[in-house]
Amino acid sequence: MNAPAYNFAYLDEQTKRMIRRAILKAIAIPGYQVPFASREMPMPYGWGTGGVQVTAAILGPADVLKVIDQGSDDTTNAISIRKFFAKTAGVATTTATADATVIQTRHRIPEAPLHGGQVLVYQVPIPEPLRFLEPRETETRRMHALGEYGLMHVKLYEDIARFGHIATSYAYPVKVNARYVMDPSPTPKFDNPKMDNCPALQLFGAGREKRIYAIPPYTSVVSLDFEDHPFTRYRFDAPCALCGADDSYLDEIVTDDQGGRMFVCSDTDYCETRQGQGHRGTEAAAPHKERPHG
Amino acid sequence: MYVAVKGGERAIENAHRLLAHERRGDRDVPEVSLAQISEQLSLAVDRVMAEGSLYDRELAALAIKQARGDMIEAIFLVRAFRATLPRFGATEAVDTGNMQVRRRISSTFKDIPGGQILGPTFDYTHRLLDPQLADGFVPELPATAEASPPAMPRVTDILGRDGLIEPSPSADAETPVGDLTREPLSFPADRDLRLQNLARADEGFLLALGYSSQRGYGRNHPFAGEIRLGEVAVEFFAEDVGFAVPLGSITLTECQMVNQFKGSATEAPCFTRGYGLAFGQSERKTMSMALVDRALRAQELGEEVLAPAQDEEFVMSHSDNVQATGFVEHLKLPHYVDFQSELGLLRKLRREFAEAEASSPLREAAE
Repeated sequence: MNAPAYNFAYLDEQTKRMIRRAILKAIAIPGYQVPFASREMPMPYGWGTGGVQVTAAILGPADVLKVIDQGSDDTTNAISIRKFFAKTAGVATTTATADATVIQTRHRIPEAPLHGGQVLVYQVPIPEPLRFLEPRETETRRMHALGEYGLMHVKLYEDIARFGHIATSYAYPVKVNARYVMDPSPTPKFDNPKMDNCPALQLFGAGREKRIYAIPPYTSVVSLDFEDHPFTRYRFDAPCALCGADDSYLDEIVTDDQGGRMFVCSDTDYCETRQGQGHRGTEAAAPHKERPHG
Repeated sequence: MYVAVKGGERAIENAHRLLAHERRGDRDVPEVSLAQISEQLSLAVDRVMAEGSLYDRELAALAIKQARGDMIEAIFLVRAFRATLPRFGATEAVDTGNMQVRRRISSTFKDIPGGQILGPTFDYTHRLLDPQLADGFVPELPATAEASPPAMPRVTDILGRDGLIEPSPSADAETPVGDLTREPLSFPADRDLRLQNLARADEGFLLALGYSSQRGYGRNHPFAGEIRLGEVAVEFFAEDVGFAVPLGSITLTECQMVNQFKGSATEAPCFTRGYGLAFGQSERKTMSMALVDRALRAQELGEEVLAPAQDEEFVMSHSDNVQATGFVEHLKLPHYVDFQSELGLLRKLRREFAEAEASSPLREAAE
């Protein structure tokens, strides 16, 4: 039988080179979706194969990797991807945002500010911000080429006409470097302002759709809006029940079937760091221990 | 007191352990071997090789065993392995005209040079469950006869000699055949890429699309010109020695559909073609593929593109079952933060709706 043998970080070097070329092009044209020959990965499409390929292509032996899903290091898919790289690349892993050189994420941007030299790798399901307005790739590519974004503004306007608000609460479209309209991946719009003028490099990988795009450090990222309906962040108006933070995005936890609810930080590293510093919310007792990750 | 959900790592390990246990099933029942799967579930192995795009019976059998018989999961396993394999080059084009035929039928002519050869087919069996098979049934050995002529001309070649069917486009050495597993697909796609996409496509998806074309959604008047199953030689041109070296042979199924004719003031009318090819014995797949290939040629042949089966972007973007199952099933992954964002928006809209309703003068008037 053909017994499999795998390269550092799983992908072969030819594939990594192909992905790196796509990444370089993406960095050179901020917000532009670069097609790349996405490979079948050993996890399913939709599970972060785009992010995994980008991470595999940029990872070096000295890197320190953090993987989060929904802001948490301990969700099953984050664990699975972190273990994949710990096994195939043998790199150091961490849950501390500040210590990581590469952070792969699904649906969140960490609360702690990112710094220069870090790379944030987003997992992207549908890279095309215009997809739900126009299903055809041939059409949307032409619209991007011509900078023809009227359709998107009409959609946002119709939301306001119908609901009184822009009814997009996640994957909220942004304009990058005053040129391309871009999908920030399904992060809640709370996270959008963090993308603007960010010191870290932001890379976006969509495996099934075979696209890579990027926001280079210190690039302007503007959430689409109107003068009389400016962009607003959404955050449940309460402090975190565990650490008392009043500036973090919160998960809603259903505590019983009598309508009981509580709200805690979605970014577990942020919450634990604050608890370690002695911050307490209404529900907090002893800060819980994070088990070491393999 | 609430403690954030933890323990995902152990949960995964335990789930994998339980999965391995369930895969084995009752341990008093003998374990199924790869040889048994390969020999006795051979059509399942063929499908996994075809849609997994890797001709290796043993690995396909392993994938089926590992996937507990879930075909798409098995195809996925094979694909993920295939993606890591280095490329040495491409073989010479295989010649299905020189196939060692085991089955070959045409529905367009009663008799053809080389004859109709039924071969191993379910076609004329009565679908009655056979209790004999439940336990230790030993079938008769197959009947034998004189070997068939070494080469059988393809039915489409016979039609082609009289110009009754459009010629097959011949390979151009200058333009290499595309490979959508190595280059990102862009639209419009040429026929080589379309055929590659269809060859890897989900059998059920192609079956439904082909069927829809028969029912009027992009009708193209098909006849099964020829379906043939057998072994073809695979050769690789080795630069070192300067000639093509035989690598072995593989089993293929080929379907050539003969479709409605075209013609114009300047061109004599002739039949058109739809083409299907797959690893192993995969007749349903290759017939469906040929129907969809022909449907996707609508634009090229000056037909109006109206039906899903004729729509290249629609077909090619949704035909891959590994992609499709991944994205459908990814809905199992947590979406807490997005859902929370939607929940916040919905609560706000409902609150505003309630406030507006409470203060509405119309409502007061109605009361």
